[in-house]
Amino acid sequence: MTVVSLACVAVLLATAVVGMAAGRHPAGRPLVYGLGLVATVVAFGSAVAAMVAPPAAASEVVLPLGLPWLGAHFRIDALSAFFLAVVNLGAAFACLYGLGYGRHEEAPHRVLPFLPAFLAGMNLVVMAADAFGFLLSWEFMSLASWALVLAHHRDPENGHAGYVYLVMASFGTLALLLTLGLLAGPDGGYAFAAMRGVEREAGMATLVLVLALIGAGSKAGLVPLHVWLPLAHPAAPSHVSALMSGVMTKVAIYGFVRIVFDLLGPSPWWSGMVVLAIGGASAVLGVLYALMQTDLKRLLAYSTIENVGIVFVALGLALAFRSNGMALAAALAFTAALLHVLNHSLFKSLLFFGAGAVLSATHERNVERLGGLIHRMPATSALFLVGCVAISALPPLNGFVSEWLAFQAVLQSPELPQWGLRIMVPAVGGLLALAAALAGACFVRAFGITFLGRPRSAAAEAAHEVDRLSIAAMAGLGVLCLLAGILPGTLIDALAPAAELAVGGRMPAQQAVDWLTIVPIAESRSSYNGLLVFLFIAASASLAVLAIHRFASRAVRRAPAWDCGFPVPSPDTQYTAGSFAQPIRRVFASMAFRARERVEMPPPGDPRPARLTVEMHDPVWDWLYAPVAAAVGWIADRMNRLQFLTIRRYLGMVFLSLVGLLMVIALWP
Amino acid sequence: MALILDLLVQGAQMAVVLLLAPLLTGFVRKIKARLQRRRGASVLQPYRDLARLLRKEAVVAENASWLFRAAPYLMVAATWVAAALVPTFATGLIFSWSADLIAIIALLGSARFFLALAGMDVGTSFGGIGASREMMIASLAEPAMLLIVFTLALTAGSTQLATIAELFTRPEVGLRVSLGLALVALVMVAIAENGRIPIDNPATHLELTMVHEAMVLEYSGRHLAMIELAASLKLLLYVSLIAALFVPWGLALPGTGGGAYAVGLVTYLAKLAVGGVLLAVFETSIAKMRVFRVPEFLGAALMLGLLGTLLLFVSRSL
Repeated sequence: MTVVSLACVAVLLATAVVGMAAGRHPAGRPLVYGLGLVATVVAFGSAVAAMVAPPAAASEVVLPLGLPWLGAHFRIDALSAFFLAVVNLGAAFACLYGLGYGRHEEAPHRVLPFLPAFLAGMNLVVMAADAFGFLLSWEFMSLASWALVLAHHRDPENGHAGYVYLVMASFGTLALLLTLGLLAGPDGGYAFAAMRGVEREAGMATLVLVLALIGAGSKAGLVPLHVWLPLAHPAAPSHVSALMSGVMTKVAIYGFVRIVFDLLGPSPWWSGMVVLAIGGASAVLGVLYALMQTDLKRLLAYSTIENVGIVFVALGLALAFRSNGMALAAALAFTAALLHVLNHSLFKSLLFFGAGAVLSATHERNVERLGGLIHRMPATSALFLVGCVAISALPPLNGFVSEWLAFQAVLQSPELPQWGLRIMVPAVGGLLALAAALAGACFVRAFGITFLGRPRSAAAEAAHEVDRLSIAAMAGLGVLCLLAGILPGTLIDALAPAAELAVGGRMPAQQAVDWLTIVPIAESRSSYNGLLVFLFIAASASLAVLAIHRFASRAVRRAPAWDCGFPVPSPDTQYTAGSFAQPIRRVFASMAFRARERVEMPPPGDPRPARLTVEMHDPVWDWLYAPVAAAVGWIADRMNRLQFLTIRRYLGMVFLSLVGLLMVIALWP
Repeated sequence: MALILDLLVQGAQMAVVLLLAPLLTGFVRKIKARLQRRRGASVLQPYRDLARLLRKEAVVAENASWLFRAAPYLMVAATWVAAALVPTFATGLIFSWSADLIAIIALLGSARFFLALAGMDVGTSFGGIGASREMMIASLAEPAMLLIVFTLALTAGSTQLATIAELFTRPEVGLRVSLGLALVALVMVAIAENGRIPIDNPATHLELTMVHEAMVLEYSGRHLAMIELAASLKLLLYVSLIAALFVPWGLALPGTGGGAYAVGLVTYLAKLAVGGVLLAVFETSIAKMRVFRVPEFLGAALMLGLLGTLLLFVSRSL
């Protein structure tokens, strides 16, 4: 398996070279995306095969690359097999979408070489089994995606996004470097196999956990390290945005899981509390940010922060249960996390593809200038709707299943012995419910303003349906969203080996339960059957339609809109995205973002228009990043003087620092 | 044979909720009218309204999409399925394990999702204002409801409604502070979710704070009938839910004979009547609140739910 996956990576790297050579040629696009599609499909198949039948422990491949005394270790176990499957599934759909969507690309030579390299990087991170290879692939993945963010580099916004992304990515990698360095210890056991099972002091474990949370969390988009994400993800071409939001954040989650659950070994009980708090905050703040956005792709990027938060809440629960030896509950929480990883990669890719379709049809990302697209882009809008229902955690689609499992895991927590956790978990459960409800509002707004109503601009009025390959990619993801929603038992069983590896327990086998129901603990406690719920809804809706059309009236008359007797023809009288969010802004954002509304009402007789201004502050930016940036600027100003000293002073300083360093060496115990 | 019987009981439950829902709405209206010293329409008026609407042609706005026409059916289906899973006269029905209480709440969420989208479909300002406010109310009511579910689930050790209802019929559950808090919170959420006074006024079409009626302003004919039916079903669902959880006595347990079902049906009707009278009295004795007072009302429900859950985390016996 490992060899097949590595061969696919080699093909992807070769495709990157092809992309470099044929970037400007019209045949470059089908060639690159076609090769990428084949490679990722094969890699996906190999990953699924490794999930179904996990390879033996000794199936490690060592290539003579990297550090001479170490080599590059690659290994696929149950955990990496799952993440490989997620990565390559998302990648395959992105390639399929790119085949059609790439036609609209203005600068293909800036996309084609880097996209396969990005895919190869993500694959390598998940397969790497030593610290050196892991960090190298991580950096490769970051840089390739950075190049893709800057594909349209003449846009000043994108330049800023690329800069912030580069800074945050370097910062994250630094944290990961320290994490893995601490895990390797002074003897330099850089292979993952050597890191496992080493006894570590509590202080060391704490440090590793915090650094891993910073390093992997900054890439995954956890609050407060998320600032780069809503800038960088939307800046890239849409299929790359889908990859970054749907897939790369999952690679970051993999990094966290690998380090904290696998390499670090047992962790203190309150480590779960830290992860829970950060996850809960990310979930609620992410969706609140998303509700305030008018840029469709940025809205989706913020909603990624929410979903990553949900995953981290479930991971925090798993950590808390594991450190208290509750293997079954830990397996439940961990499975919920992994299932949400898969589900989010499906519906977020679907939504980004939809946003890309809207962008290519209207050249517009601002939802305030869209509207009525359901008439002109019927397939895209129906599939986007599927994604909206799935991400809002509504049955019978897949988003609901993973959130349902997370709630079931929350309900296992009264058995936890520590008071801190017992008080915290229900509060975080409430935050999770709040995030789910706000996500519903967010996606009603996103879909309603973009696709429903009347067109708000000429571009929206002249939109046309996108090409068939793009629709095929979206339709494939939509079908998978439905399948994962109605047949979750199969997925839960497939995740059991990964859960066993990470938390040492597994959920009861769902294969044995009748009617494809899922039963997390026992049937008397809770069960859910997505298939039956789906069939019941379909049956009762068709029954209602049939009965009414047969026995009552089926006449339809088209008439002007009623609008309570005062229809206004101008589409400007519709509700806008801003007005839709206003009640929620008043309720939640006045506290979270210090949102203030100011109304300027001219006195009677004054013909100036009245004006409503809304002012919002990002607390994270104001309180964390702005002071840090100011401090860096201040220090740089002070240090600037060092540039203009005389040679005598420089020599004196060199001498003094030499003496200082020698003193340190002399006094070091 | 047992399977056929079980299926029959499940079918009877689906039919009962569908047939009784308009009656409950009519009953509440009648009681309210009597309390206001009006004579009021007959309790059967909702049935007549539905029949009239069904016979009429549907007038659909020129720029309405397929979603506008599909949403009423999806709403009714999701609400009906949810209502059929709540124990009414009997518990432990054959399909009751296919969705637990969390899933029932989420099914209602699906219905609301489509209604809000349908409100925005024609592109009028009324539809938008209704959808926007409905989602704001839902964003507070849903977490409150889930915290109530946590309270109940932690007491009963299960999120299955049938199991919870069965357990609560036993005397050892007794009076608990957390359940009291959950009851108050659940009533508040139920009032908000059904758009009753003081949150929304189901009897008006022209008021600045209207929510539900603003969303459905463009509907007519059979589509409007479906939406009214879904609203009635939702009211019935919440009354049944409160009855099944807090006054579960009289519910026919699985495996008991036809007599138990008859007793269950009679007590269920009595519970609905009591619930309807209480709702009418409450609605008559309170004034509608401004829409931006609603968050405070629902915030209180949220806090009560959280308090109930926390109490149970502190001690299982509270």
